[in-house]
Amino acid sequence: MSVARFWRKIPQRYNLIGTRCTTCGRYFFPPRSFCPECRRAGKIVDHKFAGNGKIVTFTVIRTASEQFEQLTPYVFAIIELDEGPRISAQIVCSPDEARIGMRVKPVFRRIGADGVSGVIYYGTKYAPAE
Amino acid sequence: MRDVAVIGAGCTTFGEKWDTSFRNLFVEAGALALEDAGVAGEQIDALYVGNMSAGRFIEQEHVGALIADYAGLASHHVPATRVEAACASGGLSFRQAVIAVASGLEDIVVAAGVEKMTDVGTGASVDALAGAADREWEGFAGATFPGLYAMIARDYMHRYPLTREQLGLVAVKNHYNGARNPIAQFQQEINLETVLKSSLVADPLRLFDCSPITDGAAAVVVAPLDRAREFTDTPIRVLASAQASDTITLHDRRDISTLDATIAAGQRAFRMAGLSPSDIDMVEVHDCFTIAEICAIEDLGFCRKGEAGRLTEEGVTALNGDLPVNTSGGLKACGHPVGATGIKQVYEITQQLRGEAGRRQITGAQIGMTHNVGGTGATVAVHILGV
Repeated sequence: MSVARFWRKIPQRYNLIGTRCTTCGRYFFPPRSFCPECRRAGKIVDHKFAGNGKIVTFTVIRTASEQFEQLTPYVFAIIELDEGPRISAQIVCSPDEARIGMRVKPVFRRIGADGVSGVIYYGTKYAPAE
Repeated sequence: MRDVAVIGAGCTTFGEKWDTSFRNLFVEAGALALEDAGVAGEQIDALYVGNMSAGRFIEQEHVGALIADYAGLASHHVPATRVEAACASGGLSFRQAVIAVASGLEDIVVAAGVEKMTDVGTGASVDALAGAADREWEGFAGATFPGLYAMIARDYMHRYPLTREQLGLVAVKNHYNGARNPIAQFQQEINLETVLKSSLVADPLRLFDCSPITDGAAAVVVAPLDRAREFTDTPIRVLASAQASDTITLHDRRDISTLDATIAAGQRAFRMAGLSPSDIDMVEVHDCFTIAEICAIEDLGFCRKGEAGRLTEEGVTALNGDLPVNTSGGLKACGHPVGATGIKQVYEITQQLRGEAGRRQITGAQIGMTHNVGGTGATVAVHILGV
Protein backbone atom coordinates (compact mmCIF):
# COMPACT_ATOMS: atom_id res chain seq x y z
CA MET A 1 0.00 0.00 0.00
CA SER A 2 1.42 3.42 -0.96
CA VAL A 3 2.25 5.99 1.71
CA ALA A 4 -0.50 8.35 0.50
CA ARG A 5 -3.09 5.57 0.48
CA PHE A 6 -2.31 4.69 4.09
CA TRP A 7 -1.78 8.28 5.28
CA ARG A 8 -5.17 9.57 4.19
CA LYS A 9 -6.89 6.87 6.28
CA ILE A 10 -4.96 7.68 9.49
CA PRO A 11 -7.92 9.43 11.21
CA GLN A 12 -10.02 6.30 10.69
CA ARG A 13 -7.33 3.73 11.41
CA TYR A 14 -5.83 5.41 14.51
CA ASN A 15 -8.82 7.22 16.01
CA LEU A 16 -11.92 5.51 14.61
CA ILE A 17 -13.26 8.65 12.97
CA GLY A 18 -16.35 7.64 11.03
CA THR A 19 -19.43 9.55 9.97
CA ARG A 20 -23.06 9.98 10.95
CA CYS A 21 -26.06 11.06 8.90
CA THR A 22 -27.87 13.75 10.90
CA THR A 23 -30.97 13.30 8.74
CA CYS A 24 -31.65 9.65 9.68
CA GLY A 25 -29.23 9.22 12.60
CA ARG A 26 -27.33 6.26 11.13
CA TYR A 27 -23.63 5.81 11.95
CA PHE A 28 -21.01 4.75 9.39
CA PHE A 29 -17.68 3.11 9.98
CA PRO A 30 -15.73 3.02 7.77
CA PRO A 31 -17.03 6.49 6.91
CA ARG A 32 -19.45 7.01 4.06
CA SER A 33 -19.84 10.43 2.45
CA PHE A 34 -23.22 9.45 0.99
CA CYS A 35 -26.08 8.05 3.09
CA PRO A 36 -27.55 4.92 1.40
CA GLU A 37 -30.90 5.62 3.13
CA CYS A 38 -31.37 9.37 2.71
CA ARG A 39 -29.23 9.64 -0.41
CA ARG A 40 -28.85 13.30 -1.44
CA ALA A 41 -31.13 14.46 1.38
CA GLY A 42 -28.70 13.06 3.95
CA LYS A 43 -26.35 15.39 5.85
CA ILE A 44 -23.08 13.69 6.77
CA VAL A 45 -20.89 14.80 9.70
CA ASP A 46 -17.78 13.25 11.31
CA HIS A 47 -18.24 11.04 14.35
CA LYS A 48 -15.56 9.63 16.65
CA PHE A 49 -16.50 6.09 17.63
CA ALA A 50 -15.88 4.89 21.18
CA GLY A 51 -14.83 1.58 19.63
CA ASN A 52 -16.46 -0.72 22.15
CA GLY A 53 -18.51 -3.59 20.82
CA LYS A 54 -19.08 -7.32 20.70
CA ILE A 55 -18.03 -10.21 18.47
CA VAL A 56 -20.69 -11.22 15.91
CA THR A 57 -18.69 -14.06 14.36
CA PHE A 58 -15.02 -15.01 14.21
CA THR A 59 -12.44 -17.38 12.82
CA VAL A 60 -8.86 -18.38 13.54
CA ILE A 61 -6.76 -17.74 10.46
CA ARG A 62 -4.02 -20.32 10.02
CA THR A 63 -3.07 -19.73 6.37
CA ALA A 64 -2.56 -16.04 5.67
CA SER A 65 -1.25 -13.78 2.92
CA GLU A 66 2.47 -12.95 3.00
CA GLN A 67 1.77 -9.76 4.98
CA PHE A 68 0.29 -11.69 7.91
CA GLU A 69 2.05 -15.06 7.71
CA GLN A 70 4.16 -14.42 10.81
CA LEU A 71 1.07 -13.75 12.94
CA THR A 72 -0.69 -17.07 12.32
CA PRO A 73 -2.71 -18.40 13.99
CA TYR A 74 -4.63 -15.19 14.71
CA VAL A 75 -8.24 -14.51 15.66
CA PHE A 76 -10.18 -12.47 13.15
CA ALA A 77 -13.73 -11.27 13.78
CA ILE A 78 -16.67 -9.19 12.73
CA ILE A 79 -17.40 -6.77 15.56
CA GLU A 80 -20.62 -4.86 16.11
CA LEU A 81 -19.80 -1.45 17.57
CA ASP A 82 -22.18 -0.10 20.22
CA GLU A 83 -23.22 2.69 17.81
CA GLY A 84 -24.39 0.06 15.29
CA PRO A 85 -21.85 -0.33 12.45
CA ARG A 86 -19.98 -3.59 12.01
CA ILE A 87 -16.28 -3.84 11.21
CA SER A 88 -13.72 -6.57 10.54
CA ALA A 89 -10.61 -6.72 12.72
CA GLN A 90 -8.09 -8.92 14.48
CA ILE A 91 -8.77 -9.83 18.10
CA VAL A 92 -5.76 -9.83 20.41
CA CYS A 93 -6.49 -13.04 22.31
CA SER A 94 -5.73 -16.73 22.17
CA PRO A 95 -7.67 -18.87 19.65
CA ASP A 96 -9.45 -20.64 22.54
CA GLU A 97 -10.60 -17.43 24.17
CA ALA A 98 -12.75 -15.96 21.39
CA ARG A 99 -16.49 -16.56 21.42
CA ILE A 100 -19.59 -15.07 19.80
CA GLY A 101 -21.04 -12.26 21.91
CA MET A 102 -17.74 -11.46 23.68
CA ARG A 103 -17.31 -7.77 24.56
CA VAL A 104 -14.21 -6.17 23.03
CA LYS A 105 -12.41 -2.83 23.23
CA PRO A 106 -10.06 -1.14 20.74
CA VAL A 107 -6.27 -1.31 21.12
CA PHE A 108 -3.65 0.54 19.03
CA ARG A 109 -1.36 -1.94 17.31
CA ARG A 110 1.10 -2.49 14.49
CA ILE A 111 -0.89 -4.01 11.62
CA GLY A 112 1.79 -4.59 9.00
CA ALA A 113 4.70 -3.12 7.09
CA ASP A 114 5.90 -2.52 3.56
CA GLY A 115 8.83 -4.95 3.60
CA VAL A 116 11.75 -4.53 5.97
CA SER A 117 12.56 -0.89 5.19
CA GLY A 118 9.15 0.51 4.16
CA VAL A 119 6.33 2.23 6.00
CA ILE A 120 4.96 0.55 9.13
CA TYR A 121 1.15 0.47 9.20
CA TYR A 122 -0.50 1.04 12.55
CA GLY A 123 -4.18 0.72 13.26
CA THR A 124 -6.81 -0.67 15.56
CA LYS A 125 -7.14 -4.24 16.78
CA TYR A 126 -9.52 -5.36 19.50
CA ALA A 127 -8.99 -7.03 22.86
CA PRO A 128 -11.36 -8.83 25.22
CA ALA A 129 -13.08 -6.32 27.53
CA GLU A 130 -14.52 -8.73 30.07
CA MET B 1 -35.56 -8.84 -27.05
CA ARG B 2 -34.46 -11.93 -29.00
CA ASP B 3 -34.29 -15.45 -27.56
CA VAL B 4 -30.71 -16.65 -27.16
CA ALA B 5 -29.14 -20.12 -27.37
CA VAL B 6 -25.82 -21.72 -26.55
CA ILE B 7 -24.62 -23.38 -29.78
CA GLY B 8 -21.21 -24.63 -28.67
CA ALA B 9 -19.08 -25.10 -25.59
CA GLY B 10 -15.49 -26.02 -24.78
CA CYS B 11 -13.32 -26.29 -21.71
CA THR B 12 -9.69 -27.09 -20.96
CA THR B 13 -8.84 -29.61 -18.30
CA PHE B 14 -8.53 -27.84 -14.94
CA GLY B 15 -5.46 -28.13 -12.72
CA GLU B 16 -2.01 -26.84 -11.97
CA LYS B 17 -0.93 -26.48 -15.57
CA TRP B 18 2.70 -25.46 -15.28
CA ASP B 19 3.38 -26.05 -18.96
CA THR B 20 0.51 -23.95 -20.29
CA SER B 21 0.36 -20.15 -20.52
CA PHE B 22 -2.59 -17.82 -20.01
CA ARG B 23 -2.98 -17.22 -23.74
CA ASN B 24 -2.69 -20.89 -24.67
CA LEU B 25 -5.33 -21.83 -22.11
CA PHE B 26 -7.75 -19.42 -23.72
CA VAL B 27 -6.92 -20.49 -27.28
CA GLU B 28 -7.51 -24.14 -26.37
CA ALA B 29 -10.93 -23.50 -24.79
CA GLY B 30 -11.96 -21.13 -27.58
CA ALA B 31 -10.97 -23.58 -30.30
CA LEU B 32 -12.93 -26.38 -28.61
CA ALA B 33 -16.03 -24.17 -28.35
CA LEU B 34 -15.83 -22.99 -31.99
CA GLU B 35 -15.27 -26.52 -33.23
CA ASP B 36 -18.22 -27.71 -31.16
CA ALA B 37 -20.40 -24.96 -32.64
CA GLY B 38 -19.05 -25.37 -36.16
CA VAL B 39 -18.37 -21.64 -36.26
CA ALA B 40 -15.47 -20.17 -38.20
CA GLY B 41 -13.40 -17.31 -36.80
CA GLU B 42 -14.65 -14.80 -39.35
CA GLN B 43 -18.26 -15.43 -38.24
CA ILE B 44 -17.61 -14.14 -34.72
CA ASP B 45 -19.19 -10.74 -34.05
CA ALA B 46 -17.84 -10.18 -30.55
CA LEU B 47 -15.85 -11.72 -27.74
CA TYR B 48 -16.27 -11.33 -23.98
CA VAL B 49 -13.75 -12.74 -21.54
CA GLY B 50 -14.21 -13.11 -17.80
CA ASN B 51 -10.94 -12.68 -15.92
CA MET B 52 -10.43 -11.64 -12.33
CA SER B 53 -6.82 -10.73 -11.95
CA ALA B 54 -4.40 -11.26 -14.82
CA GLY B 55 -2.77 -8.10 -13.49
CA ARG B 56 -1.86 -9.81 -10.22
CA PHE B 57 -1.38 -13.37 -11.47
CA ILE B 58 0.62 -12.78 -14.66
CA GLU B 59 1.13 -8.99 -14.59
CA GLN B 60 -0.85 -8.61 -17.79
CA GLU B 61 -3.75 -6.22 -18.39
CA HIS B 62 -5.59 -5.52 -21.64
CA VAL B 63 -6.40 -9.21 -21.92
CA GLY B 64 -9.39 -8.70 -24.23
CA ALA B 65 -7.12 -7.63 -27.06
CA LEU B 66 -4.47 -10.21 -26.15
CA ILE B 67 -6.99 -12.99 -26.40
CA ALA B 68 -8.52 -11.74 -29.66
CA ASP B 69 -5.00 -11.57 -31.08
CA TYR B 70 -3.94 -15.08 -30.09
CA ALA B 71 -7.30 -16.47 -31.15
CA GLY B 72 -6.37 -15.26 -34.62
CA LEU B 73 -9.07 -12.63 -34.66
CA ALA B 74 -6.94 -9.47 -34.68
CA SER B 75 -7.08 -9.17 -38.47
CA HIS B 76 -10.90 -9.27 -38.29
CA HIS B 77 -10.80 -6.53 -35.61
CA VAL B 78 -13.38 -8.40 -33.53
CA PRO B 79 -14.49 -6.35 -30.52
CA ALA B 80 -13.07 -8.05 -27.41
CA THR B 81 -14.07 -7.00 -23.90
CA ARG B 82 -12.77 -8.12 -20.53
CA VAL B 83 -15.41 -8.49 -17.83
CA GLU B 84 -14.37 -8.43 -14.17
CA ALA B 85 -16.37 -9.21 -11.03
CA ALA B 86 -13.86 -11.30 -9.06
CA CYS B 87 -14.97 -14.95 -9.01
CA ALA B 88 -18.20 -14.02 -10.85
CA SER B 89 -16.28 -12.68 -13.87
CA GLY B 90 -17.22 -15.72 -15.96
CA GLY B 91 -20.92 -15.52 -15.12
CA LEU B 92 -20.95 -11.85 -16.03
CA SER B 93 -19.04 -12.52 -19.25
CA PHE B 94 -21.76 -15.00 -20.25
CA ARG B 95 -24.44 -12.49 -19.32
CA GLN B 96 -22.81 -9.77 -21.42
CA ALA B 97 -22.76 -12.11 -24.42
CA VAL B 98 -26.43 -13.01 -23.85
CA ILE B 99 -27.36 -9.32 -23.59
CA ALA B 100 -25.42 -8.51 -26.77
CA VAL B 101 -27.25 -11.18 -28.76
CA ALA B 102 -30.65 -10.57 -27.16
CA SER B 103 -30.41 -6.88 -28.02
CA GLY B 104 -29.94 -7.63 -31.71
CA LEU B 105 -26.65 -5.76 -31.86
CA GLU B 106 -24.56 -8.89 -32.39
CA ASP B 107 -25.29 -12.42 -33.62
CA ILE B 108 -22.46 -14.88 -33.00
CA VAL B 109 -20.72 -14.09 -29.72
CA VAL B 110 -18.09 -15.97 -27.74
CA ALA B 111 -18.30 -15.80 -23.95
CA ALA B 112 -15.14 -17.05 -22.30
CA GLY B 113 -13.40 -17.12 -18.96
CA VAL B 114 -9.76 -17.72 -18.15
CA GLU B 115 -7.47 -17.61 -15.13
CA LYS B 116 -3.81 -18.57 -14.82
CA MET B 117 -3.19 -18.68 -11.07
CA THR B 118 -0.11 -20.85 -10.49
CA ASP B 119 2.50 -18.46 -11.90
CA VAL B 120 2.61 -16.86 -8.43
CA GLY B 121 3.10 -18.52 -5.04
CA THR B 122 0.31 -19.37 -2.61
CA GLY B 123 0.83 -16.26 -0.45
CA ALA B 124 0.62 -13.98 -3.47
CA SER B 125 -2.47 -15.70 -4.83
CA VAL B 126 -4.18 -15.56 -1.41
CA ASP B 127 -3.46 -11.82 -1.40
CA ALA B 128 -4.70 -11.35 -4.98
CA LEU B 129 -7.92 -13.19 -4.13
CA ALA B 130 -8.38 -10.99 -1.05
CA GLY B 131 -8.93 -8.18 -3.55
CA ALA B 132 -12.36 -9.69 -4.20
CA ALA B 133 -13.33 -8.36 -0.76
CA ASP B 134 -12.74 -4.82 0.56
CA ARG B 135 -8.99 -4.25 0.44
CA GLU B 136 -9.10 -1.22 2.77
CA TRP B 137 -11.42 -2.59 5.46
CA GLU B 138 -11.15 -6.36 5.29
CA GLY B 139 -7.86 -7.27 3.61
CA PHE B 140 -5.83 -4.54 5.35
CA ALA B 141 -6.88 -5.89 8.75
CA GLY B 142 -5.79 -9.43 7.87
CA ALA B 143 -8.86 -11.05 6.32
CA THR B 144 -8.33 -13.92 3.90
CA PHE B 145 -10.99 -15.44 1.68
CA PRO B 146 -11.17 -18.70 3.63
CA GLY B 147 -11.32 -16.53 6.76
CA LEU B 148 -14.35 -14.60 5.52
CA TYR B 149 -16.24 -17.76 4.55
CA ALA B 150 -15.18 -19.32 7.87
CA MET B 151 -16.94 -16.44 9.62
CA ILE B 152 -20.06 -17.24 7.57
CA ALA B 153 -19.73 -20.89 8.62
CA ARG B 154 -19.31 -19.97 12.31
CA ASP B 155 -22.33 -17.66 12.23
CA TYR B 156 -24.41 -20.24 10.34
CA MET B 157 -23.53 -23.10 12.70
CA HIS B 158 -24.29 -20.89 15.70
CA ARG B 159 -27.81 -20.22 14.42
CA TYR B 160 -28.86 -23.26 12.41
CA PRO B 161 -28.61 -27.03 12.84
CA LEU B 162 -25.59 -27.76 10.62
CA THR B 163 -23.03 -30.29 11.82
CA ARG B 164 -19.33 -30.34 10.97
CA GLU B 165 -19.98 -33.75 9.38
CA GLN B 166 -22.76 -32.44 7.12
CA LEU B 167 -20.45 -29.66 5.95
CA GLY B 168 -17.78 -32.24 5.14
CA LEU B 169 -20.26 -34.29 3.14
CA VAL B 170 -20.53 -31.43 0.63
CA ALA B 171 -16.86 -31.99 -0.24
CA VAL B 172 -17.26 -35.79 -0.29
CA LYS B 173 -20.18 -35.48 -2.72
CA ASN B 174 -18.37 -33.00 -4.98
CA HIS B 175 -15.27 -35.19 -5.14
CA TYR B 176 -17.50 -38.15 -6.07
CA ASN B 177 -18.83 -36.07 -8.99
CA GLY B 178 -15.38 -34.78 -9.90
CA ALA B 179 -14.13 -38.36 -10.14
CA ARG B 180 -16.64 -38.76 -12.98
CA ASN B 181 -15.58 -35.59 -14.83
CA PRO B 182 -12.61 -35.86 -17.23
CA ILE B 183 -11.79 -32.13 -16.96
CA ALA B 184 -11.81 -32.03 -13.13
CA GLN B 185 -8.69 -31.04 -11.19
CA PHE B 186 -9.36 -33.72 -8.57
CA GLN B 187 -10.66 -37.01 -9.94
CA GLN B 188 -10.33 -38.94 -6.70
CA GLU B 189 -13.18 -39.82 -4.39
CA ILE B 190 -12.62 -38.94 -0.74
CA ASN B 191 -14.34 -39.98 2.48
CA LEU B 192 -15.57 -37.88 5.37
CA GLU B 193 -12.54 -38.74 7.48
CA THR B 194 -10.27 -37.14 4.87
CA VAL B 195 -12.17 -33.86 5.20
CA LEU B 196 -12.34 -33.91 8.99
CA LYS B 197 -8.66 -34.80 9.41
CA SER B 198 -7.34 -32.26 6.89
CA SER B 199 -5.52 -29.26 8.33
CA LEU B 200 -7.43 -26.22 9.57
CA VAL B 201 -7.20 -23.25 7.20
CA ALA B 202 -9.58 -20.90 9.02
CA ASP B 203 -11.68 -22.45 11.80
CA PRO B 204 -14.04 -24.18 11.30
CA LEU B 205 -13.01 -24.63 7.65
CA ARG B 206 -10.38 -27.22 6.79
CA LEU B 207 -8.33 -27.72 3.65
CA PHE B 208 -10.93 -30.04 2.12
CA ASP B 209 -13.65 -27.44 2.65
CA CYS B 210 -11.81 -25.11 0.26
CA SER B 211 -11.73 -24.95 -3.51
CA PRO B 212 -8.20 -25.15 -4.91
CA ILE B 213 -6.00 -22.77 -6.86
CA THR B 214 -6.47 -23.70 -10.50
CA ASP B 215 -5.43 -22.87 -14.05
CA GLY B 216 -8.07 -23.23 -16.71
CA ALA B 217 -10.28 -21.70 -19.36
CA ALA B 218 -13.75 -22.27 -20.75
CA ALA B 219 -15.69 -20.81 -23.66
CA VAL B 220 -19.20 -20.99 -25.04
CA VAL B 221 -20.71 -19.63 -28.26
CA VAL B 222 -24.12 -17.95 -28.15
CA ALA B 223 -26.38 -17.00 -31.03
CA PRO B 224 -29.99 -15.94 -31.66
CA LEU B 225 -32.27 -18.94 -31.11
CA ASP B 226 -33.74 -18.56 -34.60
CA ARG B 227 -30.27 -19.01 -36.14
CA ALA B 228 -29.09 -21.72 -33.74
CA ARG B 229 -30.05 -24.65 -35.96
CA GLU B 230 -27.71 -23.38 -38.68
CA PHE B 231 -24.96 -24.58 -36.36
CA THR B 232 -26.28 -27.35 -34.11
CA ASP B 233 -29.05 -29.91 -33.73
CA THR B 234 -29.01 -29.43 -29.97
CA PRO B 235 -29.23 -25.73 -29.18
CA ILE B 236 -29.48 -24.97 -25.46
CA ARG B 237 -31.89 -22.14 -24.73
CA VAL B 238 -31.00 -19.37 -22.31
CA LEU B 239 -34.24 -19.13 -20.33
CA ALA B 240 -33.04 -16.49 -17.88
CA SER B 241 -30.06 -14.26 -17.18
CA ALA B 242 -29.99 -12.39 -13.88
CA GLN B 243 -27.45 -10.51 -11.82
CA ALA B 244 -27.47 -8.77 -8.45
CA SER B 245 -25.10 -6.92 -6.16
CA ASP B 246 -24.74 -6.38 -2.41
CA THR B 247 -22.32 -4.68 0.01
CA ILE B 248 -18.67 -5.32 -0.81
CA THR B 249 -17.85 -6.21 2.81
CA LEU B 250 -19.23 -9.24 4.58
CA HIS B 251 -19.67 -7.26 7.80
CA ASP B 252 -22.12 -4.80 6.18
CA ARG B 253 -24.56 -7.51 5.06
CA ARG B 254 -28.09 -7.62 6.44
CA ASP B 255 -27.43 -11.21 7.52
CA ILE B 256 -23.95 -12.81 7.63
CA SER B 257 -25.21 -16.27 6.65
CA THR B 258 -27.53 -15.23 3.82
CA LEU B 259 -26.40 -14.02 0.42
CA ASP B 260 -29.13 -11.49 -0.37
CA ALA B 261 -27.65 -11.08 -3.86
CA THR B 262 -28.22 -14.79 -4.46
CA ILE B 263 -31.83 -14.41 -3.35
CA ALA B 264 -32.32 -11.37 -5.61
CA ALA B 265 -30.64 -12.88 -8.68
CA GLY B 266 -32.39 -16.22 -8.16
CA GLN B 267 -35.83 -14.63 -7.88
CA ARG B 268 -35.20 -12.46 -10.95
CA ALA B 269 -34.10 -15.51 -12.92
CA PHE B 270 -37.11 -17.61 -11.93
CA ARG B 271 -39.43 -14.70 -12.79
CA MET B 272 -37.77 -14.17 -16.18
CA ALA B 273 -38.03 -17.87 -17.05
CA GLY B 274 -41.52 -18.29 -15.59
CA LEU B 275 -40.20 -21.21 -13.53
CA SER B 276 -39.85 -22.18 -9.87
CA PRO B 277 -37.15 -24.11 -7.98
CA SER B 278 -39.04 -27.41 -8.40
CA ASP B 279 -38.61 -27.11 -12.20
CA ILE B 280 -34.79 -27.27 -11.99
CA ASP B 281 -33.27 -30.67 -12.80
CA MET B 282 -29.73 -29.81 -11.65
CA VAL B 283 -27.79 -26.78 -10.50
CA GLU B 284 -24.16 -25.72 -10.57
CA VAL B 285 -23.67 -23.54 -7.48
CA HIS B 286 -20.66 -21.53 -6.38
CA ASP B 287 -19.08 -23.82 -3.76
CA CYS B 288 -15.82 -21.93 -3.29
CA PHE B 289 -16.11 -23.34 0.24
CA THR B 290 -18.42 -26.08 1.49
CA ILE B 291 -20.46 -23.57 3.50
CA ALA B 292 -21.07 -21.60 0.29
CA GLU B 293 -22.89 -24.57 -1.28
CA ILE B 294 -25.08 -24.89 1.82
CA CYS B 295 -26.02 -21.19 1.66
CA ALA B 296 -26.56 -21.26 -2.11
CA ILE B 297 -29.03 -24.16 -2.04
CA GLU B 298 -31.10 -22.29 0.52
CA ASP B 299 -30.78 -18.78 -0.87
CA LEU B 300 -31.77 -19.93 -4.37
CA GLY B 301 -35.00 -21.21 -2.83
CA PHE B 302 -34.53 -24.98 -3.06
CA CYS B 303 -35.21 -25.35 0.68
CA ARG B 304 -35.67 -23.25 3.81
CA LYS B 305 -32.78 -21.70 5.73
CA GLY B 306 -31.10 -24.27 7.93
CA GLU B 307 -32.17 -27.33 5.90
CA ALA B 308 -29.39 -27.75 3.31
CA GLY B 309 -27.08 -29.68 5.64
CA ARG B 310 -29.74 -32.30 6.27
CA LEU B 311 -30.57 -32.50 2.53
CA THR B 312 -26.89 -33.07 1.78
CA GLU B 313 -26.69 -35.83 4.39
CA GLU B 314 -29.84 -37.47 2.99
CA GLY B 315 -28.33 -37.53 -0.51
CA VAL B 316 -30.87 -35.16 -2.08
CA THR B 317 -28.04 -33.17 -3.73
CA ALA B 318 -26.12 -36.25 -4.93
CA LEU B 319 -25.96 -37.35 -8.58
CA ASN B 320 -28.86 -39.76 -8.02
CA GLY B 321 -30.79 -37.40 -5.72
CA ASP B 322 -33.86 -35.27 -6.41
CA LEU B 323 -31.74 -32.13 -6.87
CA PRO B 324 -28.22 -32.93 -8.10
CA VAL B 325 -25.93 -30.06 -7.10
CA ASN B 326 -22.55 -29.51 -8.77
CA THR B 327 -22.52 -32.51 -11.08
CA SER B 328 -19.20 -31.22 -12.47
CA GLY B 329 -17.59 -31.62 -9.06
CA GLY B 330 -18.15 -27.95 -8.38
CA LEU B 331 -15.40 -25.50 -7.57
CA LYS B 332 -14.24 -27.91 -4.88
CA ALA B 333 -13.29 -30.88 -7.06
CA CYS B 334 -13.48 -29.64 -10.65
CA GLY B 335 -11.31 -26.67 -9.64
CA HIS B 336 -11.72 -22.91 -9.49
CA PRO B 337 -9.79 -20.87 -12.07
CA VAL B 338 -11.74 -17.85 -10.84
CA GLY B 339 -12.53 -16.05 -14.10
CA ALA B 340 -13.34 -19.32 -15.90
CA THR B 341 -15.66 -20.83 -13.30
CA GLY B 342 -18.88 -19.12 -14.41
CA ILE B 343 -18.35 -20.29 -18.00
CA LYS B 344 -17.44 -23.81 -16.87
CA GLN B 345 -20.80 -23.94 -15.08
CA VAL B 346 -22.57 -23.14 -18.35
CA TYR B 347 -20.38 -25.73 -20.10
CA GLU B 348 -21.42 -28.38 -17.56
CA ILE B 349 -25.13 -27.63 -17.81
CA THR B 350 -24.85 -27.62 -21.62
CA GLN B 351 -23.26 -31.09 -21.51
CA GLN B 352 -25.97 -32.35 -19.17
CA LEU B 353 -28.83 -30.96 -21.29
CA ARG B 354 -27.36 -32.50 -24.44
CA GLY B 355 -26.99 -35.86 -22.68
CA GLU B 356 -23.21 -35.77 -23.10
CA ALA B 357 -22.17 -35.83 -19.43
CA GLY B 358 -21.00 -39.45 -19.46
CA ARG B 359 -20.77 -41.13 -16.06
CA ARG B 360 -22.31 -38.14 -14.28
CA GLN B 361 -25.28 -37.76 -16.69
CA ILE B 362 -28.59 -36.82 -15.06
CA THR B 363 -31.22 -38.90 -16.87
CA GLY B 364 -33.79 -36.83 -18.74
CA ALA B 365 -32.30 -33.48 -17.80
CA GLN B 366 -34.42 -30.65 -19.29
CA ILE B 367 -33.63 -27.53 -17.26
CA GLY B 368 -30.44 -26.54 -15.44
CA MET B 369 -29.25 -23.54 -13.45
CA THR B 370 -25.91 -21.87 -12.83
CA HIS B 371 -25.03 -19.70 -9.80
CA ASN B 372 -21.77 -17.75 -9.81
CA VAL B 373 -20.66 -15.56 -6.87
CA GLY B 374 -18.12 -12.75 -6.73
CA GLY B 375 -16.33 -12.15 -3.43
CA THR B 376 -18.36 -13.10 -0.38
CA GLY B 377 -21.59 -12.32 -2.23
CA ALA B 378 -21.24 -8.75 -3.51
CA THR B 379 -21.98 -9.96 -7.06
CA VAL B 380 -24.12 -12.91 -8.08
CA ALA B 381 -25.01 -14.12 -11.57
CA VAL B 382 -27.73 -16.73 -12.09
CA HIS B 383 -28.65 -18.32 -15.41
CA ILE B 384 -31.32 -20.86 -16.32
CA LEU B 385 -30.76 -23.03 -19.39
CA GLY B 386 -33.12 -25.49 -21.04
CA VAL B 387 -33.48 -27.76 -24.05
